[in-house]
Amino acid sequence: MRAYTFAVRNTKEILRDPLNLAFGLGFPLVLLLLLSAIQANVPVSLFEIDSLTPGIAVFGLSFMTLFSATLISKDRSSSLLRRLYTTPMTPADFILGYTLPIVPIAVIQSVVCYLAAVILGLDVTVNIIYAVLFTFPVSVLYVGLGLLCGSILTDKQVGGICGALLTNLSAWLSGVWFDLELVGGVFKKIAHALPFVHAVELERAVLAGDFGGIFPHLWWVLGYGIAILVLAVFCFMRQMKKQ
Amino acid sequence: MDAVRTQNLTKKYKDVVAVDGLDLSVRPGELFSLLGVNGAGKTTTIKMLSCLSSPTDGDAYLNGKSIIRDTSEVKRIIAVSPQETAIAPGLSVKENLELICGVHGFPKNKREAKIGEVSCALSLGSVMKKKAGKLSGGWQRRLSIAMALISEPEILFLDEPTLGLDVIARSELWDIIRTLKGKVTVILTTHYMEEAEALSDRIGIMREGRLLICDTADNIKKSAGTDNFEEAFIRIVRGVK
Repeated sequence: MRAYTFAVRNTKEILRDPLNLAFGLGFPLVLLLLLSAIQANVPVSLFEIDSLTPGIAVFGLSFMTLFSATLISKDRSSSLLRRLYTTPMTPADFILGYTLPIVPIAVIQSVVCYLAAVILGLDVTVNIIYAVLFTFPVSVLYVGLGLLCGSILTDKQVGGICGALLTNLSAWLSGVWFDLELVGGVFKKIAHALPFVHAVELERAVLAGDFGGIFPHLWWVLGYGIAILVLAVFCFMRQMKKQ
Repeated sequence: MDAVRTQNLTKKYKDVVAVDGLDLSVRPGELFSLLGVNGAGKTTTIKMLSCLSSPTDGDAYLNGKSIIRDTSEVKRIIAVSPQETAIAPGLSVKENLELICGVHGFPKNKREAKIGEVSCALSLGSVMKKKAGKLSGGWQRRLSIAMALISEPEILFLDEPTLGLDVIARSELWDIIRTLKGKVTVILTTHYMEEAEALSDRIGIMREGRLLICDTADNIKKSAGTDNFEEAFIRIVRGVK
């Protein structure tokens, strides 16, 4: 009940910020349209709609980290959290309250992204539903990053680190904008040691109906997601005690 | 039974002793003010009493419940209005009140009744649908206190509740705080001497984590040998008679 009340509040705070809607829904759609237009004029296999859409869907999820981290860091700086720490709310209530609202928002964002892709020519198959469902483990990764960043950074730092650095890094290292094979070397090794490219490859495999191809990417995404979530919970509880 | 009783309450941060063996008792329904210059230990004391921070030594009992052993029970009977305005800016005034009712587990009918009662007591009716983040400082502070009161606390901590408010807003908040006397035990910290003198049943003056004196405003003035409370405060803190 307490976690639900807090989750409802957090959902309202996120959805009432027009910037969140603009970046969370608008920006990935603009990119999808823009890159599809480029593809129409200068064909690049990477930007074909069935390859591009999973990448954009995953890229859009990086904004979930920004939403959640911004909310938590602002709550910390405004003393609202300090007030709530003196109520009967438990650490689990806080963590669930911050993470639960992001997951449905992430799923809705993916649905909108795939619907737009259908309008742009993506074949309608049952795999689209599976692809949307597989955004769940990917969203755990980004939700965990949001909780982690919100717990250790100030609201100003969140803007720079999550808003600029994380969204760009997760995009460059995901193989959405350019083929990692073309860069190769250390860059490619770093990209494959991080979860972002695996998240995109996981989504691409699901959309293509290649369910054998989701491995080992699913393990990478789940492994990073769980590890980051555990670290985030630890950091959140640590800052709770610091109050 | 005392509403608040501290026993050798101590808080150390590495080499700094923020609160040093505080022994204090506050009666039920009393409005007790803690005064002191910056760094005197007022806010640290409130943080320990409201279970935000654990004491390094000693203990405190709120309506008989230990802040160390009975944290969950203590949290059910207290409310805090922090120094900085602590509201959810993207929610309306009503939604902020609903949030606090929800985290205290009030059923829907009780929630509606409490919102009506508190909004009436603090004259929030005209701003109930407005976004909290768009309100003036005075209204935000009023909402912050309403959020503390709506949980029906037995003990209410008001940490510098009128800081930064204009004269009118401050006077209005004083009237609200006066209405709580006898119903709720209020622990108030403030830098405003006239506020402590006007509102408090008793006042404790702290310096360097220690309680220098704890008495009524009149007795504190007598003890310091002056008719002016601010002068009395200065003399006591400086150790001058």
